[in-house]
Amino acid sequence: MFGKLSWAAVPLHEPIPMITSVVVILILLGVIGWVVAKGHWRYIWDEWITSVDHKRIGIMYILLGAVMLVRGFADAIMMRTQQAAAIGESAGYLPPEHYNQIFSAHGTIMIFFAAMPLVIGMMNYVMPLQLGVRDVAFPTLNSVGFWLTAAGALLVNISLFVGEFARTGWLPYPPLSETTYTPGVGVDYYLWAVQISGIGTLMTGVNLVTTVLKMRAPGMSYLRMPMFCWTTLASNLLIIAVFPILTATLAMLTLDRYFGFHFFTNEAGGNQMMFVNLIWAWGHPEVYILVLPAFGIFSEIFSTFSGKPLFGYRSMVAATLFIVVVSCMVWLHHFFTMGAGPAVNTFFGIASSVIAVGTGVKIYNWIFTMYGGRVRFEVPMLWSMGFLVTFVIGGMTGVLLAIPPADFVTHNSMFLVAHFHNVILGGVVFALFAAIEYWFPKAFGFRLHPGWGKAAFWFAFIGFWVTFTPLYILGLQGMTRRLQHINYPEWAPMLYLSVFGVAILVVGAACQVIQLVVSIRDRDKLRDVTGDPWDGRSMEWATPSPPPMFNFAVIPNVEGEEAYWGIKTRAIETQRLGPEPVYKPIHMPLNSPVGVITAFFASVTGFALIWHIWWLVILGLVCAFAGFVWFAWRDIHEFEIPAEEVARIDRARRAARRAILERLAREQGKPA
Amino acid sequence: MDPKGPVGQGNRQIIVDATLIMLFIVVPTILLALWMGWRYRASNTKAEYLPYWSFSGRIEAVVWAIPILVIMFLSGEIWIGSHKLDPFRPLESDQKPVEVQVVSLDWRWLFIYPEEGVASVNELVIPAGRPVHFSITSSSVMNTFFVPQLGSMIYAMNGMVSQLHLQADQPGEFRGISGQFSGDGFSDMTFKVRSLPADQYAGWVSATRGAGPVLDQTAYAGLTHQSRDTRPFTFGAVQPDLFNAIATRQAPPGPGPVAQYGRETTPASGEN
Ligand code: HEM
Ligand SMILES: [Cu+2]
Ligand SMILES: [Cu+2]
Repeated sequence: MFGKLSWAAVPLHEPIPMITSVVVILILLGVIGWVVAKGHWRYIWDEWITSVDHKRIGIMYILLGAVMLVRGFADAIMMRTQQAAAIGESAGYLPPEHYNQIFSAHGTIMIFFAAMPLVIGMMNYVMPLQLGVRDVAFPTLNSVGFWLTAAGALLVNISLFVGEFARTGWLPYPPLSETTYTPGVGVDYYLWAVQISGIGTLMTGVNLVTTVLKMRAPGMSYLRMPMFCWTTLASNLLIIAVFPILTATLAMLTLDRYFGFHFFTNEAGGNQMMFVNLIWAWGHPEVYILVLPAFGIFSEIFSTFSGKPLFGYRSMVAATLFIVVVSCMVWLHHFFTMGAGPAVNTFFGIASSVIAVGTGVKIYNWIFTMYGGRVRFEVPMLWSMGFLVTFVIGGMTGVLLAIPPADFVTHNSMFLVAHFHNVILGGVVFALFAAIEYWFPKAFGFRLHPGWGKAAFWFAFIGFWVTFTPLYILGLQGMTRRLQHINYPEWAPMLYLSVFGVAILVVGAACQVIQLVVSIRDRDKLRDVTGDPWDGRSMEWATPSPPPMFNFAVIPNVEGEEAYWGIKTRAIETQRLGPEPVYKPIHMPLNSPVGVITAFFASVTGFALIWHIWWLVILGLVCAFAGFVWFAWRDIHEFEIPAEEVARIDRARRAARRAILERLAREQGKPA
Repeated sequence: MDPKGPVGQGNRQIIVDATLIMLFIVVPTILLALWMGWRYRASNTKAEYLPYWSFSGRIEAVVWAIPILVIMFLSGEIWIGSHKLDPFRPLESDQKPVEVQVVSLDWRWLFIYPEEGVASVNELVIPAGRPVHFSITSSSVMNTFFVPQLGSMIYAMNGMVSQLHLQADQPGEFRGISGQFSGDGFSDMTFKVRSLPADQYAGWVSATRGAGPVLDQTAYAGLTHQSRDTRPFTFGAVQPDLFNAIATRQAPPGPGPVAQYGRETTPASGEN
């Protein structure tokens, strides 16, 4: 009846997962209880869960990513403390069965369920606003994509309470991940969670590419798009190109595990090297899917806070596209040690270093954006400066790893671990924190408290280096990654130092939480009434904060690079806004529960597949499909916002803008 | 980073050279970034303000040229290094290399000396100053054969044989590890490498030969079961061609956890 599922699957005898489970379930019940008791349920269902507004979906993505970031960070704390505790005779507090699940879950969660949702959320929120449009190309599909991602995250977290997670790393190399060597449900949790969310990601990729290609405001030619839109396009093109490879590769592993196929097994002519090649043909572009939007974010920030256009815009576009192409040709650098021979290794080594050219150009362009500027060191700018310093080092160690004979002694070592955290934390995560700080006032109408933000930055920056410098050193001393137990006591000091670094990072994370709480408390003091708190240059700052559901009362006509900067300077010069437009009713897409319902049944199906509950698999699939058809099939899919309502909202916006002009005029009138 | 053989020294040299080449450009870049931010900080009204300056062909050219030049330097390094330190390439030496066949087990290491007719588990004994040619395979999952102080690592994969040439210049003891996660016993899957002077090495071979059990297919099948017992021991004789049988899967791959416990080792073992 219940396949492999039985009470034995619930880890009642293991305190760590049990206590975590109980706490998490209690918190969840508490939140749900509070929502229902307060009568917020309808609001949350109508305005958020079924919303197809790109801004709402973007915020939900970011929320999901933030929660998963905390979960992944908890895993990281456990790993670092276990390694510091389990030196020599001591076995630490996590046996290998647990430890191996934790590092696998850490990597999987951080890449698929923290970094990806955060990045996609940012693109979702910001890009349509910057392009001057009202929504993405396929709003309902957008909601489906989000909820499928959430379904994957749910499955990973269920594995904590029911059964186990994979013990095979964030990329399950066969034959270890085949049933012969890993018979439990852990790898199956991994497979279905990543597959379901991967479909969501692919949908988002198609959606956002279409949006950039087809939906720009009139006059917004490609070479007038803000840099962030370019990198969004690039990143989503990569998603479309490589996520199908991931899906196919994991599908083959699934066939091996469920139906006794032999794609990657030791027996019957399976070939494990094929898996390694295929997974990295996705895996390397994946890191650029994450980091390209980060580059876009920094481009916006450097230009805004220097009070200048981005230096070398065209060269930046070229470097971005260059990276897109080259990043698909370097995957072999993840396994130089397979012994492919010197010619192949040379080719991939050089190709990998060539990526650094594109990256290097970008670094210099950001530096020269500051040249001749008036650089304001607000919190987003601090993260960006921290990024410049950190990322250059991460790029350098990356190039070092791309030299085959150097990789022969650093592959899979702590040096490698330090490298990719150097680029992912110092690149992607710093960018996301900067972006949250930067666009938060746009999304919520008030700024985040700058003092706590600065504290968070400094703790994170210093904490990062104290945590990972020791790992670089340990790697050069021959320490490999994924050790549950350390046999060599000489490594102890560096491991302790690294734990100390994690402690600093914890303080940084606490500052972020406090910042949020304090900012919500003081929201009236931090209010952004102008819609343009940072003296911005792109179209999102033309809207009020938060923007109305339709973004722009009248779709703007773009007349140059830096669309909003042009409008703003003209208004300041002429001392008045443009003439009031003629308001027309606006048609917006209706909300739809199709995403959440399909994703719910997708999770049920996934869970049933993991536990081999075949009747439930069929039921889940049928319901998912039926739900999809039932809710997606409708005659009316838009509603109208009347012209008076549009006018009312836009007049408020214009009044706020006029107030700025008047304030500026008064300030200029005064002797300086 | 304390190499004891020519390969390790080669790896180290490349890391040092490449790092220096890159630091030569990375350090000025970081300083430039910090200086630029400081010089043009908003409160510094002495610095000129160029609100529209966003292009300079000359700077663009330099900005593309610098990384390209660095990468050209490094490409040379990559080219030469990849060929010179190719793991499959025999080392230059006037001595004939020792042949050692390596099999990664769950979670131990088996070393077969085909010419000497002996074998050992979790202890690798080699003569100092003489090249060693390793042929490496796996009994089950992927591992990496790695002696950090001797240099380059390479994958051990079931059904395939990788080649690696290493040499210890001096007598000494080194650590050997697996660099590729291979399951629950991975952390302690270490082995000891003892590099002995030629005469002591010959002494070790003759003391080992004939003493202890015989390594044949049956004994090998026993070794392939999962075990975290890392104590070293030796075999006094080896069935000829055993390594070949392992590499071509005539000797069956390791059975994984099922055979060891007779059931799945997960909490979810209650089928039905
Ligand atoms: C500047 C260009 C870069 C180069 C030349 C480079 C090179 C490399 C190389 C050669 C490896 C494999 C090392 C090994 O397994 O032995 C590696 C691993 C990795 N890199 Fe980079 N990298 C660069 C930038 C980045 C960026 C920007 C990111 C992410 C945003 C990134 C993320 C990763 C990750 C996640 C891994 C480890 C994957 C794993 O084994 O689990 N790298 N990099
Ligand atoms: Cu890569
Ligand atoms: Cu192979």
